[in-house]
Amino acid sequence: MLDPYIPLVLMFALALGFAVFSVAIAPLVGPRRYNKAKFDAYECGIEPSPQPTVGGGRMPVAYYLTAMLFILFDIEMVFLYPYAVSADSLGMFGVAAVVLFIATFGFADLYVWYRGGFEWN
Amino acid sequence: MGVTTQTGAVILAQQSIAPPPIHYSAIAPVLIVLGAACLAVLVEAFVPRRLRWSVQVGLSLCTLVAAGAWLVVYARGEPMGLTTLADTLAIDTPTLFLWGTLLVLGLASILLIADRSVEPGGAFVAESSAAPSPSPRAASGGSTGGTATSIAPAPTPAPARATASVAEMRTEVFPLGLFSLGGMMVFCAANDLLTMFIALEALSLPLYVMCGLARRRRLLSQEAAVKYFLLGAFASAFFLYGLALLYGYAGSVELSAIADATAGSLRSDTLLFAGLGLLVVGLLFKGSVGPFHMWTPDVYHGAPTAVTGFMAACTKVAAFGAILRVLHVAFEASSWEWHWVLWTVAVVSMVIGAVLGLTQSDIKRMVAYSSIAHAGFLLIGAITLTDEGLSATLFYLLAYGVTTIAVFGVISLVRTSEGEATHLSAWSGLAKRSPLIAWVFTFLLLALAGIPLTSGFMGKFVVFSAALTAGMAPLVVIALVASAVAAFFYLRVIVLMHFNEPAPDGPTVSVPGAFTTAAITLGVVVTLLLGVLPTPVLDWASVGGFVS
Amino acid sequence: MTSSFLATPAPVQAAQGPLQTNAWLMIALPLLGAVVLLLAGRRANGWGHLLGCATVIGSFVYGLALFASVGSGPAHELALYSWIPVNALQVDFGLRIDPLSLVFMLLITGVGSLIHIYSIGYMAHDQQGRSGARNTERRRFFAYLNLFVAAMLILVMGNSFVMLYLGWEGVGLASYLLIGFWQQRPSAAGAATKAFVMNRIGDVGLALAIFLLFAQLGTTQYSEVFARAGELSPGVLLAIALLLLLGACGKSGQVPLQAWLPDAMEGPTPVSALIHAATMVTAGVYLIARANPLYTLSPGGQLAVAVVGAVTLLVGCLIGCAYDDIKKVLAYSTVSQIGYMMLAVGLGPAGYALGIMHLLTHGFFKAGLFLGAGSVMHGMNDEVDMRKFGGLRRYMPITFATFGLGYLALIGFPFLSGYYSKDAIIAAAFGQSGWQGWVFGGVAVLGAALTAFYMTRLMLMTFFGERRWESLRTAGGEKFHPHESPAVMTAPMIVLAIGSVAAGLFFTSGDRLVGFLTPALGELQEGHGALPHLVIQLLTVGFAALGVLAAWMFVGRKRVAVERPQRVSLPVRVARADLYGNAFNRAMVVRPTSWLTRGLVHVDRQGVDGAVNGVAALLGGGSRGLRRWQSGFVRSYALSMLTGGVLLVAAMLTVGAP
Repeated sequence: MLDPYIPLVLMFALALGFAVFSVAIAPLVGPRRYNKAKFDAYECGIEPSPQPTVGGGRMPVAYYLTAMLFILFDIEMVFLYPYAVSADSLGMFGVAAVVLFIATFGFADLYVWYRGGFEWN
Repeated sequence: MGVTTQTGAVILAQQSIAPPPIHYSAIAPVLIVLGAACLAVLVEAFVPRRLRWSVQVGLSLCTLVAAGAWLVVYARGEPMGLTTLADTLAIDTPTLFLWGTLLVLGLASILLIADRSVEPGGAFVAESSAAPSPSPRAASGGSTGGTATSIAPAPTPAPARATASVAEMRTEVFPLGLFSLGGMMVFCAANDLLTMFIALEALSLPLYVMCGLARRRRLLSQEAAVKYFLLGAFASAFFLYGLALLYGYAGSVELSAIADATAGSLRSDTLLFAGLGLLVVGLLFKGSVGPFHMWTPDVYHGAPTAVTGFMAACTKVAAFGAILRVLHVAFEASSWEWHWVLWTVAVVSMVIGAVLGLTQSDIKRMVAYSSIAHAGFLLIGAITLTDEGLSATLFYLLAYGVTTIAVFGVISLVRTSEGEATHLSAWSGLAKRSPLIAWVFTFLLLALAGIPLTSGFMGKFVVFSAALTAGMAPLVVIALVASAVAAFFYLRVIVLMHFNEPAPDGPTVSVPGAFTTAAITLGVVVTLLLGVLPTPVLDWASVGGFVS
Repeated sequence: MTSSFLATPAPVQAAQGPLQTNAWLMIALPLLGAVVLLLAGRRANGWGHLLGCATVIGSFVYGLALFASVGSGPAHELALYSWIPVNALQVDFGLRIDPLSLVFMLLITGVGSLIHIYSIGYMAHDQQGRSGARNTERRRFFAYLNLFVAAMLILVMGNSFVMLYLGWEGVGLASYLLIGFWQQRPSAAGAATKAFVMNRIGDVGLALAIFLLFAQLGTTQYSEVFARAGELSPGVLLAIALLLLLGACGKSGQVPLQAWLPDAMEGPTPVSALIHAATMVTAGVYLIARANPLYTLSPGGQLAVAVVGAVTLLVGCLIGCAYDDIKKVLAYSTVSQIGYMMLAVGLGPAGYALGIMHLLTHGFFKAGLFLGAGSVMHGMNDEVDMRKFGGLRRYMPITFATFGLGYLALIGFPFLSGYYSKDAIIAAAFGQSGWQGWVFGGVAVLGAALTAFYMTRLMLMTFFGERRWESLRTAGGEKFHPHESPAVMTAPMIVLAIGSVAAGLFFTSGDRLVGFLTPALGELQEGHGALPHLVIQLLTVGFAALGVLAAWMFVGRKRVAVERPQRVSLPVRVARADLYGNAFNRAMVVRPTSWLTRGLVHVDRQGVDGAVNGVAALLGGGSRGLRRWQSGFVRSYALSMLTGGVLLVAAMLTVGAP
């Protein structure tokens, strides 16, 4: 009944097994030498600065705002690409739809712009 | 086997694509609401501060009236049910009825939201929430202290409460409400699961923000918003996962295609029922049906009261509209297997709502549990899968929504200097202080309890009799017992208001402004009318069924 | 005879003429009164009570005119508008005017008018009302009374079971509001809640019966239901009959749901007279009589009604013998007299009309007795303990005379109204065939003796003997000053006394009432009992005389102790404990459920504080236990959603893809 999915399940089991195995084996066989760098955030992400005193470290709110705006523009691009690829076959209807989409998106941009969302102080 | 055919179908032909036909006159109400929402965003950007409130209120009210008028004109032409926008929306009689309900409830909610007389400056303020992303610091007890005009955060520690009491009302709540309402209208008209999901997000995201806008008790309000957001995202994930499984099952996200697939195929029942289960969890969450109700009391409690009214009434209408459509259109053929599961859910919801409501000491939480119990009753109507059950559920939704908004309208009037007095002890002896409000509230509570001559009775009556006809007698017996138990806690409030001595330092009852008065009056009149003269509305609700 | 009227159900005509088509005015008038009184606020304080009386009297006059124009004959239907048209379910907001409803309309508005008038005087001296708020209280009182009259009229005038249910709930609400009228007394609030809850139990029965009728026949309108009653299977008929009986028990204070009625005496005395003696509590009898075609077809259902009636009439009498509270004695007397009516309507075609007749005469004399009791209390600073009365006949001659006539009517003194109506029931009970005749007849005669006993005891302790109040003080520390009540109170009592004396003779001469009711209830069947009628009459009067004698022996000859004796024999103790009625409720309903809760909470490893006491508290306990889940943490909410989701999907897979 579920034939096509059996390989998937096997794959999943394998991945899970590997993850569990790795996590379990590391403390057993690995060397234990601690230093400050070991406790730093791993590779990516922002170094919390200043260091947290109580609770979590503080981030400028503008960071989130900018990140969110980035995602929004990103999504706009995501939608424009497929349109661009098949613009010919979509005809005038496609143009109208995309213009409407960009305009709607533009309203939100205008709002953010006029209310100072793009200013970083 | 299934995998290969699906991957094959992904490759599209590169010829010119004909645009789908669009019935603009049918979807005009949605376009009006969403268009006005966009316009309202521009108003926020360009209209000077002091004019914004009046412009936004006027715009919102005009929008709803215009959309309603269009709907009435369109519906009077007795249109055939149709699907449009490449079969993504189905505009049939239930859709029109649900849209009408949503517009009426939306109008009442906007009236409540717009009121500035009860709380000087309006009940809405957003220190940091005006920014597209909520500040984590505000949620954790601090405040960015940013002035209301600038969303650019100034990370200076500032006395939060003091500024909150003088800041002017934030008018973003109006476009947010309109967007949410537009999402709801699409949600209950969506004819495929993907559209339904987009609509679900469109209605939910503005609601999350609206929950966090309370002027008073900001911490509670923002906590509610975050909770609602996290759990809502969780529920959306359920929905989306169910959608994916159903796509795997039927090879399409269209409801009619799923119905065809279930009607007799040798496909995997595992995919079907796992998918249905997950999908339903997402929908039940929105309708605050137990056991997926956990967010309801906290969010109802924390959100500004007007928004709670909007959420309680409109979200429930939209969620049950979608549940009705999904169950009727896509899963009718398989109902023999799944109906027991939803029977159980309905029972659980009624029991949780009725029993837990008994020990609530906060009036908003009590109404939240009442809404959970009502969700159970509504679910009974939804799973009958008969035309009678459909019209009964539609009627119940309208009746419940109108009464609920009026209830929250009254709740917003009883206040101390600290804000609304939602603790039940503050309501003791209210009849002695202000008999009119007490009687209005009594009437509304009786409607919620389902006493004859109120819409609540008619709603319960038609739903239960439809369920009986559909052979669900045991469920009806449980529902009757649950409504008897639930009647207790409404009664407790009534007794408290009429038969107890008022507390010496009790709350004052604000004189409602024109907007709140209008909303409450609308609620009371409709509640009474639906109880005494339900005929026309019942007729409208039973004109026709779903198309797909 | 039985089958003859069933085969040809009474024809139903549409209402004709302006008088009939406007019959809704009878309901609208008091309803309008209630609305105006509630909405007008303080402005209406001055004239509110007058408006309240005027609407009810207007309604009564209309009823009289209607009565004159319609008379006895086939039922007239008046469809006002389509109330609930949902696919198959069509319920009209319609009225039915037939002899049965006419009789009730006149009773409700007639006695209602008298009691409204009486209330003007009674509530003017409402000592419970807060100072300065007196007129407000009185206006509210009249609003509720008007509301009650309107609801009761809907109950009896409706042409379908759904209309009946509407009125049923309406009178329940009015009764609740009026029992709890003196809201500052915790006992009144408690009694109101108790009445409400016990009525709800009965209401569930009624609602289920209506659902069942609709599911089986697709209609709830009387004319159609009765015409097609033959289509129902015996099992369904029995179920409907028993469910209706449950509803009737709740509303009429019949065993096992009798406990609320005596507590309901916490309300003002006019309320006790109107609602809890004359009209509302007889709604159960009306329900059974109205549904007579169903009961005639269901012998098992009939028997159940008769058994409930017989048990109740004995229980009511026995408890009535032990109380010292004048209103509670009358309340238990009501319980037992309604037991007589239930017994009568449970006898089938041999008793429907007799039950209604007793209902009417009882409406007169019991309302009179309650008003008399109110008048006594009025003169005695709201004291209700009969042990503190004594020798009042000199101080309240009119009250004494009217009360005495009511008393004689109640114990069945020859040629007063109770004699005719109760006698007929006893004779009909003896007329049953087999063991039923002997058992029911015997119980009824025994009840007559006990009734005579406790009522004589009441009379002796109140109006005769030593003036025990002379040496006592009121609660406020003053002396008692018994005095006669004002004319506005005594006039209704006199009218009711005349009714108590003459109604029986009026109804029975030439079989006037029975003949009048025949189109609605069918021919009255004469029973052919083991005993000749004359013997039964003598037996009844003899037993009643025995009861009077016994009361004189036990009470009249001795000094009555002011304090209630504590060392009493076992039967008295049992009766004082309401025959353990409350204990029974506790043992059968409250306790098992509370054990269940405790078990549940134990599983939760959390002790529930205190004993669980009452259904509400049981649910409250469960509620408190469950509330722990609502912890406020998003993580636990998400976990519970996940659990729910997993369970739901698992259930789906179990049922769908095994």
